[in-house]
Amino acid sequence: MVMNKKPLRSMSPLQETIYRFSQNKVSLIGLAVVLLLIFIIIFGEFISPFENGVKQNIRMRLQGPSAEHWFGTDAYGRDIFTRVLHGTKYTMMIAFPATFIAEVIGIILGACAAFYSRWFDNILMRVLDVFQAIPGQLLALAVVAALGGSLFNLVIAMLIARIPASVRTARSIMLSLVGQEYIDAARSYGSRDYHLIFRHVIPNSLGAMIVSMTINLSAITLQVSSMSYIGLGVSPPTPEWGALLSEAREFIITAPHLIIFPGIAILLTALSFNLVGDGLRDALDPRLRD
Amino acid sequence: MSERKEPILVVNNLKKYFRTKKGLLHAVDDVSFTIDEGRTLGVVGESGCGKSTLGKTIMRLTEPTGGEVFLQGEDIVSMNEGRLRKARLKMQMIFQDPYSSIDPRMSLAQIISDPLKVNRLCSSKNEIDERVDRMMRIVGLAPRLRESYPHELDGGRRQRIGIARALVLDPKFIICDEPVSALDVSIQAQIINILMDLKEEKGLTYIFITHDLSVVKHISDEIAVMYLGQCVEKAPSEELFLNPVHPYTKALLAAIPVPNLSKRHARPTVIKGEVGNPIDPVPGCRFAPRCDYATQKCTGRNPELREVAKGHFVACVLYNGEM
Amino acid sequence: MDTLNNTLLKVENLHVVYKARRETVYAVNGVSFCLKKGETLGLVGETGAGKTTTAYAIMRVLPDRTARIVNGIIEFEGYNLLDVPENLMRHGIRGEKIAIIFQDPMSALNPIMKVGDQIAEALKFHNKEDLSPERIEEQVDRTLELVGIQKERKYDFPHQLSGGMKQRVVIAIALVCEPVLIIADEPTTALDVTIQAQVLAMIDELREKLGTAMILITHDLGIVAQMCDNVAIMYAGEIIEIGSVEDIYSGKMQHPYTAGLFGSLPDLEKKTDRLHPIEGLMPDPTDLPKGCKFNPRCPRCMDICRNVQPEFTVEGTHKVACHLYGSGKGRGIDE
Repeated sequence: MVMNKKPLRSMSPLQETIYRFSQNKVSLIGLAVVLLLIFIIIFGEFISPFENGVKQNIRMRLQGPSAEHWFGTDAYGRDIFTRVLHGTKYTMMIAFPATFIAEVIGIILGACAAFYSRWFDNILMRVLDVFQAIPGQLLALAVVAALGGSLFNLVIAMLIARIPASVRTARSIMLSLVGQEYIDAARSYGSRDYHLIFRHVIPNSLGAMIVSMTINLSAITLQVSSMSYIGLGVSPPTPEWGALLSEAREFIITAPHLIIFPGIAILLTALSFNLVGDGLRDALDPRLRD
Repeated sequence: MSERKEPILVVNNLKKYFRTKKGLLHAVDDVSFTIDEGRTLGVVGESGCGKSTLGKTIMRLTEPTGGEVFLQGEDIVSMNEGRLRKARLKMQMIFQDPYSSIDPRMSLAQIISDPLKVNRLCSSKNEIDERVDRMMRIVGLAPRLRESYPHELDGGRRQRIGIARALVLDPKFIICDEPVSALDVSIQAQIINILMDLKEEKGLTYIFITHDLSVVKHISDEIAVMYLGQCVEKAPSEELFLNPVHPYTKALLAAIPVPNLSKRHARPTVIKGEVGNPIDPVPGCRFAPRCDYATQKCTGRNPELREVAKGHFVACVLYNGEM
Repeated sequence: MDTLNNTLLKVENLHVVYKARRETVYAVNGVSFCLKKGETLGLVGETGAGKTTTAYAIMRVLPDRTARIVNGIIEFEGYNLLDVPENLMRHGIRGEKIAIIFQDPMSALNPIMKVGDQIAEALKFHNKEDLSPERIEEQVDRTLELVGIQKERKYDFPHQLSGGMKQRVVIAIALVCEPVLIIADEPTTALDVTIQAQVLAMIDELREKLGTAMILITHDLGIVAQMCDNVAIMYAGEIIEIGSVEDIYSGKMQHPYTAGLFGSLPDLEKKTDRLHPIEGLMPDPTDLPKGCKFNPRCPRCMDICRNVQPEFTVEGTHKVACHLYGSGKGRGIDE
């Protein structure tokens, strides 16, 4: 029901999304956590130098939280606060690029699949079927096992595990857009295919794709951690969160803080990305617009 | 047929079949007509009669299965991409759904200027702005709406955007695919008036596709009635309403609820049955299963369009030479 | 009190608002009308006029979260429906005494349930007389035949039926409990003209046979002319003109909005060069104009229209809320 209400100020869909997102308190908390993570990645060194996290000190091993060591120390007497802090960087260095690249590839392949539905779509879908027949985690494991566990290889592994799903998501979003009449309209006034894809289909899919990206980001964070946990991620002493958990296994009874703090970090990160994703989805859903 | 002066559009035996799970759907089956410059051809029919597919096939938004379409003598069907883009400058389309037919992420000015930009028709930004302003004025959109987004506007104004977008390229010929059926009556009348004014001012030629007979009568010079992919009757607008010949046209006319009390409780003869599916149709009149006058002769052979009066064509065996 | 005359439904001064985040949408603003047994009232208006909201208020199916009935009385068979507890509404009234037919038959039917079962379900839900399964089955067959569907098709799923057939099934569900009032919300808008003619003819016939009263919500003045005894024209949540079809279609003492609606329609019988639409748009329901709600669009707007809300001017059965008529004193909500 749109009547002749004089708009006080015109909001572009982007501005409106931002406005609507800002009305959602829970998602704002999620966003605050995400911003905090980014802050930590950039300024972690100033909060607590990396040195504190690798310097071993046997006399200080397995100490509980104190004023000096906020999160306590591990089996080698290293400061857990510093290790968790710097772990953010390593986890995110894998999760961010993996998610981003997976989404970009998803958008491009998805758009082509939706657009050239006759042959390209068929071939692509069959190829993806092959990939998706193997569980993503297993695929990632296989890649790391073959290439060796470095940060770069982990990104590759995550990509291979994640791309099929993001292509499928993108494709289904874009298929619904290609059927819209404005695509027909644009074609009828002379738009070339790349116009249609880059001016109409992709911009209109971005909202939904950003949502799927935030959800993917939290999934990849968990997956990276679980890879490191079973020892196939980054190699020690790099303080990746999953690796921290893995090291803490033996002390789960005697020194539970070893496992609690990295655990909370993983949980908070995954949760806040999900909250941001939920908020974005609601803010972007045209049915919820009044 | 006698030589006509300068038909802007000639459609010969146009066919569009869709492959479906149940068989070949004959959405548009052997439709032919010509439109002279400055005239309006109304295409009426119920849902599933192929009228929208006809429009999209002429625009080549879907590839025709067979037949020819000549726009000012050039064959649209055999054109390559580049020449088709050129031809489309002269031929535009106004779509049915004012909600899905405009890109929600663009502002009004962007939507209306997009045709100019993709065809690189304007050299400067000023020129583009000027033309957008002119278009907005012509279709009655206030200039303050330039930077508004479609979701802030109602259906009537969105449809005006669609009209402005179609007009900005200065086309000769416009296909209107149910441009008013999604709108309220009072808004509907505003849009019809705009379309008729434009036709007068710019000498436009329209194909006006609709299911609303009173609208089509108001706006058209000539009307083609479609049933299950075929044209069953074609006549000048007045003539069709005064002397409908095909049983389907008669039924269609009788079914319109008239907004006055003269026909109150004089229950119209309601035709039985429902519109079928033109999937793998057998030769013969497609209306025969619902027709009260159907005989043996109606099956076996497709009835051809024959002239029963000047300019009045009917595809019905009842009128094959017997009149 | 007129209990003796056969008034079935009396709506008085109904006000409904929708509360959105920071806005209040004034959807229905003081609607009053009367419906006698067996009578058909056409509720005419454009999108956003408040027709459907009025109907939903009568059925008490407005969305709880946002809608509020702020004022008014809905008297049905002598009871104020607004005071009836929800439980009684569900088991005694909704579906049983008052049934509703929706615009879109596809979304009104359950796609994974056979149509016969859907009709039977409506019957079982209101099964006061403890009908045996055989009797229910029998009733389903009879109702299907009543709406012109062969009883063998009760084993079909909705997607196996055409649009017109589906709407017939929806009507069958509405009729199976033999309600005294049917609210039909644009029952044929989604259908083709020839199918619309079939369905309308069927509704009319059944109504005559069963003596059911009906509120027919539509935007089509042609359908109203064919089907209705009385007509109420709604604009911006108000009834601006009400009377018998003869009153409304005679063109005497016409509200400028009604005149505009007629002027917007192309005439099939004579050639008109130009339509005479109503300029402008519906007012914003969160910010309605002062005085007559139609005044910003009215070609005959006077000073008084911008400040004073017009009362009904009454002439027999015909009432018009417009300052052009009467002395402005004629007040009449109900006889």
